[in-house]
Amino acid sequence: MTIHAQQRFDSLIEADERIEPDDWMPEEYRQTLVRQIAQHAHSEIIGMQPEGAWISRAPSLHRKAILIAKVQDEAGHGLYLYGAAESLGTTRAELLDRLHTRRQKYSSIFNYPTPTWADVGAIGWLVDGAAIANQVPLCRCSFGPYGRAMVRICKEESFHQRQGFQILLRLTEGTAEQKQMAQEALNRWWWPSVMMFGPPDSESVHNARNMAWGIKRFTNDELRQGFVDMTVPQAELLGLTIPDPELRWNDERGHYDFGEPDWEEFARMVRGEGDLPEQRLRVRREAHENGAWVREAAAAYAARQRQAA
Amino acid sequence: MNADWPRWEVFLRARRGLSHTHVGSVHAADGETALQAGRDLFTRRQEGISLWVVPSEQVVASDPDDQDSLFEPADDKSFRFPTSFELPSEVDQM
Repeated sequence: MTIHAQQRFDSLIEADERIEPDDWMPEEYRQTLVRQIAQHAHSEIIGMQPEGAWISRAPSLHRKAILIAKVQDEAGHGLYLYGAAESLGTTRAELLDRLHTRRQKYSSIFNYPTPTWADVGAIGWLVDGAAIANQVPLCRCSFGPYGRAMVRICKEESFHQRQGFQILLRLTEGTAEQKQMAQEALNRWWWPSVMMFGPPDSESVHNARNMAWGIKRFTNDELRQGFVDMTVPQAELLGLTIPDPELRWNDERGHYDFGEPDWEEFARMVRGEGDLPEQRLRVRREAHENGAWVREAAAAYAARQRQAA
Repeated sequence: MNADWPRWEVFLRARRGLSHTHVGSVHAADGETALQAGRDLFTRRQEGISLWVVPSEQVVASDPDDQDSLFEPADDKSFRFPTSFELPSEVDQM
């Protein structure tokens, strides 16, 4: 029975078919997906905080409306992903609890501060740009519900990246101070964005297995190279300088060469050092606790309506 | 009180003339708020004009283990497709 089920799973993966929630799957495949999808979902809703903080300070009503729509999208992305994770037999309440009690992580990119309006632009252009580079291949993930959620998310991310790039474009067309503000935001966000693809392939423990399972389609380093190749010409268009003295086009490889990120800083961020992780989780827990009466009132109302019926 | 709202499957009609298609799920206390959540989550960009929500626990699904016994019998009945009949070219439009 189990041997038959394993063979069936293997042959579906071999044929690049999708695995659906009711199918038998190896326990490790299930656990890997729950962990990855949950971390992804957590990142979406924690990511609402650094940008949400700029809604009240957006420089015009138009920018404010755009930013509200973007932050609302991030909430939606979280919900698509929690839904995909639930199809694996867990519950949203359980996953949120694991986030709130630090048993599951979110992307450490959201533990960097956003001191200026230009940071909002840099997040859209670079962080969402890196997210797109990472997520487009995930649309073909072997687990059906994850892939379908990613299709939806990728469609919406494109607006996020463009609005961010346009914020920086406007700033670079402005005064010397505005251009300086854009450059400083690029300086802050470049390396964290490059590190978003995770540790180098030589140190990535799950790369091979996740590739074999069709959860990952490209390695961390392949995705990172793609992101750099895509972004350098865009920075040139903005007239901004990427803070990497080793960055140069390599004609032989047909790719840009670039410097080594500070992997020790990456490790510190992943460990959650600094004040911001504490603040992010506190805001998240408070939002959850302050919403408890709404959840309870709606449930009580629904129960009474059922009784009356 | 633990108020873990139940899950609802959401179906969306993209436009008139098409059927409702499954798009995902939401959590909500009742049908009315499930519709509101579905509206907020799945139609922010003109994706549809009509929504259905169905309690997830009410969905009855076939067992993947029964896939072969349920669907394989159709495999060797290609005669159900018009293309399996070769006719003289004169009746090409049939």
